Amino acid sequence: MKQVIMGNHALSYGAMLSRVQVIAAYPITPQTQVVELLSEMCADKTLDAEFIKVESEHSAMAACIGASAVGARTFTATSAQGLALMHEMIHWAVGARLPVVLGNINRAMGPPWTIWTDQNDSLSQRDTGCLQFYARSNQEVLDSVIQMFKVCEQILLPGMIILDAFALSHTSEVVDVPDQKLVDKYLPPFHPRYILDPKEPHTFGGLTGPDGYYELRYKIEEAIQRAKSLINETGKEFGELFGRAYGMVEKYKLDDAETVLIASSTIASTARIAIDELQNEGKSVGLLRVRVFRPFPAEEIRELLQSRKKVAVIDRNISFGHEGIFAQEIRSSLYNCKNKPPIWGYITGIGGRDVTVENIKDIVNDTIKSDKPSGDIIWKGVRL
Amino acid sequence: MERGKTMKLSIPEEELVGSGHLACQGCGATLCMRYALKALGQNTILDIPACCWSVIDGPFPHTSVKVPLFHTAFETAACVASGIRAGLDVLGRGETNVVAWAGDGGTFDIGIQALSGATERNDNIIYICYDNEAYMNTGIQRSSATPYGAWTTTTPVKHFKKMPKKDLVRIMAAHRIPYTATASVGYPEDFIAKVKKAKEIQGTTFLHIFSPCPPGWKSQPEKSIQLARLAVSTCYFPVYEIENGEKYTVNKVIKKPRPVKEFLEQQGRFRHLTEEQVNGIQKNVIVSYNELLKKAGLDLEVHVEIKK
Ligand SMILES: Cc1ncc(C[n+]2csc(CCOP(=O)(O)OP(=O)(O)O)c2C)c(N)n1
Ligand code: SF4
Ligand SMILES: [Mg+2]
Repeated sequence: MKQVIMGNHALSYGAMLSRVQVIAAYPITPQTQVVELLSEMCADKTLDAEFIKVESEHSAMAACIGASAVGARTFTATSAQGLALMHEMIHWAVGARLPVVLGNINRAMGPPWTIWTDQNDSLSQRDTGCLQFYARSNQEVLDSVIQMFKVCEQILLPGMIILDAFALSHTSEVVDVPDQKLVDKYLPPFHPRYILDPKEPHTFGGLTGPDGYYELRYKIEEAIQRAKSLINETGKEFGELFGRAYGMVEKYKLDDAETVLIASSTIASTARIAIDELQNEGKSVGLLRVRVFRPFPAEEIRELLQSRKKVAVIDRNISFGHEGIFAQEIRSSLYNCKNKPPIWGYITGIGGRDVTVENIKDIVNDTIKSDKPSGDIIWKGVRL
Repeated sequence: MERGKTMKLSIPEEELVGSGHLACQGCGATLCMRYALKALGQNTILDIPACCWSVIDGPFPHTSVKVPLFHTAFETAACVASGIRAGLDVLGRGETNVVAWAGDGGTFDIGIQALSGATERNDNIIYICYDNEAYMNTGIQRSSATPYGAWTTTTPVKHFKKMPKKDLVRIMAAHRIPYTATASVGYPEDFIAKVKKAKEIQGTTFLHIFSPCPPGWKSQPEKSIQLARLAVSTCYFPVYEIENGEKYTVNKVIKKPRPVKEFLEQQGRFRHLTEEQVNGIQKNVIVSYNELLKKAGLDLEVHVEIKK
């Protein structure tokens, strides 16, 4: 059924349709509506779940971990400071191989206090082993929750659905809220092989020396690598059932464009208009959206970028002391390729600064005009 | 063995802690688990944050408890238990006991926020803190459960701990927790009765168990039980319970306390204390104990003569 809902509620509906069984969450702007709606759903029994109103995000993730370890499907949502507080427990969910799913509303980190979007909060979780999907519409937010459970429960790792503060979280869009029966057909109940069960007692996470730990880490990497094909397969299957297919990346008018623009989240939505206009001006440009950041779509990047003339990457984040994080990852994916294009790494939109069609066109034109990048980072729109 | 048939045991015979664990000799924390599981039985799930028990249980793939155990991060004993409880309830497995098991550091210090949260929500979990009065796992550093006067590696003799032990049970009572109690591994029957009582109560219950630690206290392993009993008979660690944050019951009323010196002098961690400092401790122990007796509505005041 088509409804007009904000991105935060798209997360709540995604969780509801996934029939989550335990929710533990703590409020933070701009995530609050996610948990408010879920509280209502639990209260009026639209959703048959236990909602633990914990006293912190650290405890939220810890409670999800406990519930997941007994075999319950679990969900939480947070943002910025809350996600940073969860960090230790995100590692724990990964190491304990528990498919907790969380929503993160991208919000810039303080200080100074701010509530607007950028990606530094979620990208700071890059090396935990938690999957990361960056959505560009409310529809995709909802669909990604359902898909995330399907993927994570097969590989036994947690996953994060990420959406921009305000640009999605508080913006209402038309969303097709799928039929529960269809979702049930797509997403089977969660029945993990090993759970905390007094009838079959096991100890989880016991002291492990260098003799065993290494292999456990190898297995995590093996699992997250497996997620790559799984994301493409389950995304295709989603398309067959619901009419909307998803993959690791999304191409927009890419064809044999000489210059490729790479973006993520809502900037990639705005970029579509910029690409339309630039093509109308006769420029050979196309758009590649990185939807899944972990696991990183290195194969797709190599396949789609080799032999292009130029690549421009927009990062709404910065790894202080190095460069934009998407640019970094794309560079490293291409490093061993023969025909690697030069990469222009642009930083823009930090702390929720607006990124308009004009800004994006300016970035692409800048790339087309210059022979080589002026540096590892090209800052756009800094007013000093 | 037909022990049960030939002699009457005062505690359950079932053993849910196996041999081969990694504890030191005379470890109170290990006895604590042994007794607790006797009371809890097989239908129990444990979660344990970083503490000596993260090691005692044994290295992967070994384990020494016969119930499921989830190791978790240092500050998360209570909230992981809340999650386990919620998961079990939603899956229709509500009969299983959920036990958060943590040391004093994981309870009095880094885990107090999660414990307070779970207690305020009155989540149906049993929280058991074995108190050896310091961070033993990391090599005997002070915690807020370390008593006045004690040496630890972060409160060296020249700057021994000057602050008193945090009164966590009173903090728990202030939450109006349905049931909270103290116990000592020196009195297994009392301890086991309290775990059984906690098991029957819906809502959060908190047990604070006095657990000697020979390496941390610089005491003899064979003295652990004696110390656990002396702590009670000197009134250094009274055993009592509080229902709904209000109703106090002293389970072992000590009418004629033994001098606290007898408890202190067997532990190297107190060796540096002067007679005056020991007398100060003695005074505080008796004042606190008399306050407790009063709260329990007992018409009794105890004294210990301080020999000059
Ligand atoms: C966040 C975090 N900080 C510090 C530690 C290191 N650490 C592990 S156990 C421990 C002390 C535990 O003390 P306590 O809870 O009293 O248990 P005990 O070791 O005495 O049994 C510390 C500080 C940790 N594991 N996690
Ligand atoms: S250090 Fe103390 S608490 Fe830890 S195992 Fe040894 S005796 Fe037990
Ligand atoms: Mg301790």
